[in-house]
Amino acid sequence: MQKTAEQMAREHREISISQFFEKNRHLLGYDNKIKALLTIVREAVDNALDATEEARILPDIYVKIEELEKEKYKIVVKDNGPGITVKQIPNIFGKLLYGSKFHRLKQSRGQQGIGISGCVLYCQITTGEPTKIITSTGKGKTHKVLLSIDVKKNEPKILKDEVIEDAEKWHGVQITFVAEGIYREHKQSVLEYLKQVAISNPYANIVFDSPNGRIEFARGVEELPKEPKEIKPHLYGVEVGIMTRMLEETKARSLAGFLTSEFSRVGKQSAEEICRKAGVDPQIMPRKLEHQDVVNIVKAIKEVKLTRPPTDCLSPLGSGFIESGLRKELNPEFVAVVSRSPEVYRGWPFQVEVGIAYGGSITEPAVMRFANRVPLLYQAGDCAITKAVTEIEWKRYGVAGSKLPEDPVVIFVHLASVWVPFNSEAKESIANYPIIIKEIKLALQECARKLASYLSGVRRAAAIKEKKSIFERYAEETATAIAELTGEDKEKIRNKIIEIVNERWSEVTDEANGEEAPLAETPTEEMNGNGGEENGRENE
Amino acid sequence: MGTEERRMEERMSDPRRGLEELGRKVLEQIMQMRNPKIELPIRALSNIYFDEKRKLIRLGDRKSVRTYLNVAHTRKFMQTMMVASECRKIIDQGVTTSIRDLYYALKRTIPETKENTFEEQNESDPIIEDIEAALNTLRENLNLKADRKGYLAGNMIIRDKEDEIDASRMGSSGWAIPSNVEPDNIKLQNNGAEFVLVIEKDAVWQRLNEDKFWKKQNCLIVTGKGQPDRGTRRIVNRLHKEFGLPVYVLTDADPWGYYIYSVLKQGSINLSFLSDRLGTPEAKFIGLTTRDVDKYGIAKNVTIKLNQGDIKRTNEMMNYIWFKPKEWQDELKHMLSVGYKLELEALSSKGIKFISEKYLPEKIEKRDFLP
Repeated sequence: MQKTAEQMAREHREISISQFFEKNRHLLGYDNKIKALLTIVREAVDNALDATEEARILPDIYVKIEELEKEKYKIVVKDNGPGITVKQIPNIFGKLLYGSKFHRLKQSRGQQGIGISGCVLYCQITTGEPTKIITSTGKGKTHKVLLSIDVKKNEPKILKDEVIEDAEKWHGVQITFVAEGIYREHKQSVLEYLKQVAISNPYANIVFDSPNGRIEFARGVEELPKEPKEIKPHLYGVEVGIMTRMLEETKARSLAGFLTSEFSRVGKQSAEEICRKAGVDPQIMPRKLEHQDVVNIVKAIKEVKLTRPPTDCLSPLGSGFIESGLRKELNPEFVAVVSRSPEVYRGWPFQVEVGIAYGGSITEPAVMRFANRVPLLYQAGDCAITKAVTEIEWKRYGVAGSKLPEDPVVIFVHLASVWVPFNSEAKESIANYPIIIKEIKLALQECARKLASYLSGVRRAAAIKEKKSIFERYAEETATAIAELTGEDKEKIRNKIIEIVNERWSEVTDEANGEEAPLAETPTEEMNGNGGEENGRENE
Repeated sequence: MGTEERRMEERMSDPRRGLEELGRKVLEQIMQMRNPKIELPIRALSNIYFDEKRKLIRLGDRKSVRTYLNVAHTRKFMQTMMVASECRKIIDQGVTTSIRDLYYALKRTIPETKENTFEEQNESDPIIEDIEAALNTLRENLNLKADRKGYLAGNMIIRDKEDEIDASRMGSSGWAIPSNVEPDNIKLQNNGAEFVLVIEKDAVWQRLNEDKFWKKQNCLIVTGKGQPDRGTRRIVNRLHKEFGLPVYVLTDADPWGYYIYSVLKQGSINLSFLSDRLGTPEAKFIGLTTRDVDKYGIAKNVTIKLNQGDIKRTNEMMNYIWFKPKEWQDELKHMLSVGYKLELEALSSKGIKFISEKYLPEKIEKRDFLP
């Protein structure tokens, strides 16, 4: 029996959705049971933060992990965001590769639209349990929905939809998953993730009921970061494939019109220059371009000087937020923060922010990596941030350690971008673009300089203390000798010397503290051992 | 004697008062809550000058300040007070002690540390010199003495307290010159000596003693065994001052030997505050010089090639103001140009008695000296 091409395509897709997940578990963050719990919490919390921020609401996030039986957990994530309309629920939670964020260019946490529906699917595969979603948009009606995914059709299946009247007009989303997993509190854990979220989102209030008890991450600042804007793509970042697709979809009627209307920062002159360099008529209908024309256009773009993309699409944390986050969660004795100006990699604007926290309650060195405020806990070795950190000569800044610091230093690196170049779908490490590494290094160096100057102050203070101890050490014998010479009471002299040391030691640092300078020029050196009783000969 | 000098002499006669004054000044500063400090003359090349009139190296007026609240000074400050106190004790007890005894008397572990008050004697010796210079006194007046080093033989009667010593009857060893030869301890009586010959090397001194050179030439022979100690320098100074005896110096023909001569003649940089007592500006250099090689037909094979240190040192010495006389400039230049030096023993290549029977008598007779 013959199949039509359409039938084949449908079958192909039907098989691939569940198979895709099974085959790509590791890419999606479900390689093991410990990590699975983290991935679920992460996807839900990221969405909660994105939603609250977009609605300009200070986030209140509640996370609960409860052990139901061995290796089976209930995970609850609740936010105070704007909520979801009932119509959206199936699409958001029940369809892979559906998302509001995939097609737009605006800085946000999620990008590919695979995350939260992946959680639903994981739960379904491992425990057979549907996902429960409770949501309200604040109009007094709360929906309780039980949902699973029809893997064959890649379609959501609503098992139950209950409406409750709510007089308090709560708004937000509460999701309950039941998943196979193992709960741990080591370095790459839910706990560490939430702690880092608390640092990078100091305006969020997070309460975590873990299997071991409640942990609260209190809000540190009472304002939200500025809202990022959506932008059109910039030509420098466009490849032939994307360009071809955009040419097919555009409503523009000429190539020049296409270039000026679909991309940011392209004027009429630039558009015409690109066409001229590519040898293509600017008035040609976009759909009529040959493949070779597209290749030539993309090549020509590189030769034309274009204004950088606008950077108001970025939402950096800002020095104040970073410092507040580091201070409230780590209680360090010193913090330095540097926020770089926006830069561009392959046409995408990005911005690097770095904070260094030192000492205080920090006992272990750590590197905390963030992309659009999301902590990156895995694949540190492949990450541009790690690479940049290891390329810093920490010793030059008074910090022990050859590649990574060994002193109690926490390094915070945040990359904000409309399109973070992750190494994989699991979004755990940033690709090694030279311009990104360079920006991170510059910021790290600036922070490290501030730390070095602080440390030299601290060490100077230690040196002063050492000096003081020298003055005290010799007080006893000095006092004894003076007492013998003058007949004055030894204790009285000694106490007075100590008193002088304590009262006047601050001025010591300002005094010349070298040798008795003129005596350094001793005849012994002058004679160079070749003449003179200064060798001590006459005294022997 | 000017009033200034008289006052200095008075202080010298009572170092005990000087030490107490030092203690009292420091105590006063401490009681006033000031950072205690001791002023010390700088004993270094930067603070000496050549007194053209008296032809002596003199200590300048520059002072260094040793303060308690300076990490580089604190230890030395303590040591200075300790040495001052110990000296006062020694004087009060009416005993004399060696500078090594003093070092041991003061060496102890500082409580709660692994540090000693003095680690080596070379820490305490310079402190003694500091106090001598600060109080403008002599180590001997602080009842301190060093090991003897010098020897003397010849026609001289020495009165050491109640003992009378005839330096012409001291056999092969000679009279060992004590550390303290100040007039109140050692009284001298000339017994017909006409000049003093100071010899760098003990072996050569023994040769001349054995040959009874001092008897034949009516002189005194003195050795400091290398760089002469204070006692030796002071006795030479007194022999010249008290009896008007000419002083001739015999050393190796090398920079080290020439510098020994210069220290005997105009004093040293380190002890420049004692130049009046230790220097003998009228001393003359009798030999050896590199010119003697040709003058006396000394074989070239007994000369020694100058090394880098010799050349460097010679060049330095040429710049010292007290080596500026043209005879010395000529000798130093000559040494550099021929490129060799000469030991006293090299004269033995002309026969074992060449030095006592030919070289020295001829030099003295011809007055063939360097200034």
